[in-house]
Amino acid sequence: MTRFLDLTLSGISTGAVYAAVALALVLIWRATRVVNFAQGAMLMITTFIALAVINATGSYWLGFVAALLSGLVLGAVVERVLIRPVEGGPPLNPVIVTLGLYTLLVAVGGMIWGNTPRSFPAPFSLRGYRVGGTTLLFTPNDTFIVLIVLALALGLAVLFRATPIGLQMRAAAFRPEVARLLGVRVGRMFTLGWALAAVAGALAGVLIAPSVFLGPNNFDPILISGFVAAVLGGLDSPPGAVIGGLVLGLALSYVSGYEGSTLVPLAALAILVIVLMVRPTGLFAATRERRV
Amino acid sequence: MTSTDPALREPAPGRATSAVRRAVGENTLLRSLVLVIVVGVALLLLSDVVTTYRDLQLSYGAYYFCALAGLTMLAGTSGQISLGHGALMAVGAYTVAKLRNTGWPLVPELAAAVVVTLIVGIPMGAAASRLRGPYLAGATLALAVGLPALADKFPSFFGGENGLSVNPSTPPASLGANFPLERWEAWIACAGALIVLFALYNLMHSGLGRSMRAVRDDEIAAGLAGLRVGRMQTLAFAISAACAGLGGGVFTLVYQSAAPGSFQLQLSLYLLAGVVIGGLGSLVGAVWGAALLVFLPNWSTDLANSFSLSTNVSHNLPLAIYGVVLIAVMLVWPSGIQGGVRALSRSRSRRLRGAGARSSAQT
Repeated sequence: MTRFLDLTLSGISTGAVYAAVALALVLIWRATRVVNFAQGAMLMITTFIALAVINATGSYWLGFVAALLSGLVLGAVVERVLIRPVEGGPPLNPVIVTLGLYTLLVAVGGMIWGNTPRSFPAPFSLRGYRVGGTTLLFTPNDTFIVLIVLALALGLAVLFRATPIGLQMRAAAFRPEVARLLGVRVGRMFTLGWALAAVAGALAGVLIAPSVFLGPNNFDPILISGFVAAVLGGLDSPPGAVIGGLVLGLALSYVSGYEGSTLVPLAALAILVIVLMVRPTGLFAATRERRV
Repeated sequence: MTSTDPALREPAPGRATSAVRRAVGENTLLRSLVLVIVVGVALLLLSDVVTTYRDLQLSYGAYYFCALAGLTMLAGTSGQISLGHGALMAVGAYTVAKLRNTGWPLVPELAAAVVVTLIVGIPMGAAASRLRGPYLAGATLALAVGLPALADKFPSFFGGENGLSVNPSTPPASLGANFPLERWEAWIACAGALIVLFALYNLMHSGLGRSMRAVRDDEIAAGLAGLRVGRMQTLAFAISAACAGLGGGVFTLVYQSAAPGSFQLQLSLYLLAGVVIGGLGSLVGAVWGAALLVFLPNWSTDLANSFSLSTNVSHNLPLAIYGVVLIAVMLVWPSGIQGGVRALSRSRSRRLRGAGARSSAQT
């Protein structure tokens, strides 16, 4: 029973990180209809920047803010410089550009910081809560992870549903031509979408780095899980991304806890295929998917 | 008809060759046979004059071509994408490795790789036919990550991390005692590539290929016209998978092993990149893509080694160059290398035609 509780809680914690990555992918997909394979590498870069700031200043929170800010800038720059020129062309081209960017950023990360993974500090204790006589695997740091991802999801929900800028972003994503006629700066909204997505990604990087360590390729599995979570939820839906992340986190936690970690990639495949066979556009996609 | 009609004044042999040319031009099967023979002879001559290292590269290019051609047919003809073709190569590779170790001869084991991957591809294609765009990408991505994990799950059957190693296929004695193994492997690999070329060329120019393109362009209209939409897409995926399986089988023979490390997600992603950069939907584009996948890592490594740099930088420079090339090609040639070549030749022929018109106007 304790084991089940442990697996459930750790599933929620990793699921929250998957949800943050999935949110990043969904925001970009909504804005520009691109699956951003460079997301894992982008959040690797921002997490390295966070570590540099932490080492220089000694303050975790300054590093945390630095990660989010550098994510904001990186996302906007990538959209303006690399994605804008290939938009409107063949639909696979932006995907290849993000693949190239992924390769380039991993190489740049290795050039600057080396390929040996480093440890990354956690802001709160990594010792599990004591309940009764037993120590749970769930730690105060996990509480922090779950709460901050929840805050991110709620913040995005408020942004999209209750602010003029959110309305403009939705309009630009839904009908770019009409939105442009009505005076929405569509290009700027796309840039903002990428920037916000990169912030969500940067957040995920800082949160997961203490447990997976920080190296050029250490975030690749997180990106894949995030992508699977986003597809599970329906790529168009931010709430779907959060729920997809949590479902995947829980399922993979049970599989790796009861059946062993070698089965995890297969389990992810099985879950995805089963869900997509029942609902071909994910659990929460409202509209029929555009052809690509 | 006047006596100045050029057809009447032409001598008989010329008319005969033009008749042959017309027959070849109209008959896809004949045209593809001529193509395969010409390319085959060219490859044979090439493999004879180059060094054994180049022969090895030729066989790398050939197995990449098999997978890339299958993928480009899938994307161009059926409009589906796959991030899982690396895993399908693994299916072919492990089939050949298992059969080779039980003593099967060369041709049947490669044929078995095709059949097994085709059979694996059918349920996958059926699943894929329900999915569109990014959802298809997501499912096939999970396939690329999930399938190699089987090797870890059943280490006694698949050899775990180290995979299975096999004996090389030795050249027949009739070729002489000193015939290099690499050249023989290049021959096998190129034969595989030619079979794929022949099959896909005929498929893409057949009624079946037309039906697939109709499904790609408008599923509802194609369905109304009596085409089985799901079945077409499943078939396209399965055929594409079989090509990747043959590529994987050749891979095992060339590397003399099949290990999960060779079929990681990167392979699938590089295959997709090769297809898009070569030119989506074009078999010539698949050749460009294969050449790129073989030569680019080498060139970038050589380039990186030509500077004296710190180890961190020189180790990662090839990867950086690779990334820059992927981005640059997409920014410069949005329709891939073959698209760029086509646009170049079109503008040149237009200029020539323009010049011809001007000179005839002067006379």
